[in-house]
Amino acid sequence: MSLILAIESSCDEMAVAILKDKRELLCNVVASQIDTHRMFGGVVPEIASRMHVECVSTVLKTALNEAQINMQDIDAIAVTKGPGLVGSLHVGMQAAKTLALAYHKPLIGVHHIAGHIYANELVEDIQYPCLCLVVSGGHSELVYMKHEFSFEVIGQTLDDAIGEAYDKVGRVLHLPYPGGPVIDRMAKEGKHTYALPLPMNDESYNFSFSGLKSAVINLCHNASQRGEEIIPQDLACSFQEVAVDVLVSKTIKAAQDYHVKQIIVAGGVSANQGLRQALTKRSEIPVLFPPMRYCTDNAAMIASAARVMFEHQKFSSLDLMVKPSYDLEEESLGES
Amino acid sequence: MDFQNEQDMIDFGEELAKHLFPNAVITLEGDLGVGKTTFTKGIGKGLGVKKIINSPTFTIVKEYQGRWPLYHFDAYRLEGENEELGFEEMFENDGVCVIEWPMYIQDILPQERLEIHMTKNSDQTRRMTFVPYGEKYQQLLEEMKICYSL
Repeated sequence: MSLILAIESSCDEMAVAILKDKRELLCNVVASQIDTHRMFGGVVPEIASRMHVECVSTVLKTALNEAQINMQDIDAIAVTKGPGLVGSLHVGMQAAKTLALAYHKPLIGVHHIAGHIYANELVEDIQYPCLCLVVSGGHSELVYMKHEFSFEVIGQTLDDAIGEAYDKVGRVLHLPYPGGPVIDRMAKEGKHTYALPLPMNDESYNFSFSGLKSAVINLCHNASQRGEEIIPQDLACSFQEVAVDVLVSKTIKAAQDYHVKQIIVAGGVSANQGLRQALTKRSEIPVLFPPMRYCTDNAAMIASAARVMFEHQKFSSLDLMVKPSYDLEEESLGES
Repeated sequence: MDFQNEQDMIDFGEELAKHLFPNAVITLEGDLGVGKTTFTKGIGKGLGVKKIINSPTFTIVKEYQGRWPLYHFDAYRLEGENEELGFEEMFENDGVCVIEWPMYIQDILPQERLEIHMTKNSDQTRRMTFVPYGEKYQQLLEEMKICYSL
């Protein structure tokens, strides 16, 4: 039995969730700031953290009301400790520490990516050993999980993250921020007509999206110099098919090499329809995607990872620091 | 100075790193895809960083352990922002700072620094030009026998 209150504020969103046991979610409140950021074509860190300060207590009150829970009944306070924007992380961390101190509750510092991975467990038990494809604005990684809460990064991007490549291509095509979902939608209406290089098409489990991004930029640049029109839907489709193909191929190869029982996908780009369809279709190993509502940053996923840590009594001291980069492998718990 | 390919840039970054000192600040200007992160990989290699250096765009700064710490900044997402972000403290740590898209944080850059401009030539090779601010950086370029403008 556990009742965990979780706070997540690593980037765009300030979110609070209360999770009872494994998957009884009593509330999941997200105050999205995406409209403000859209005006700037990206997340502006200082705006992000200032807005978090303004809404942290409102979101917290709403969450407790919705869940009909008193702070006294909570077993532990969980919070994202990183990676993310330092200013934004600080706001959540300060709130969490204050609550932990004032109500004498244990504090659990959660790695943001562990949260994304355990979003899957809000709907279905993860089967170990498994392979997790982590895809978001800041990450593109293949993580081998031998048992519960053990993380071995077997592959990662050598340059840009996949979500970052989507956003930058979106910017070149003058699409609204974030570019990812728009490109995904446009890709369905287009055809794969532009030749783009298959990035990092080798035997390793690493990715590289910088070259693909440059190829798209060059293509647009050359077309405009020749006075030719680019068909955005076709370019979106070409870019997406190439990007998804390399993600899917490498994931399947790693899953086979590591003899896993399941492939799971985590992070904001797990919402991408092109990726969902291609991976499900091509993999013989069962694939688990988080439900769409848990793909983007949310506190429910942080609560879900914290629930596992709570069972292992993995608590943090009150001098826990936020960091823009925490090593996922160091979060691993021993075999139980 | 011209570079034929990625490896050329990495090798040069590695060589440059040997001449760096704690507190060194290098700014990298150039378009998306010109190779700023690639060049930083070379600097990291020269500093003895073992981990993979990849894009810091998302978190604005990434920190690596080498002979000295390497702080890899990317101000790309700070366009149009003039707030204090606490980066000044990092410029004063005993590490090497590499800053991509420095024009977005022009106001807080330290006075002494090495400015590197990267451009793409029409045949896809890359060119770097150097502007040293401060004696230490002039000396560094002279040691390496690199032409620069003032």
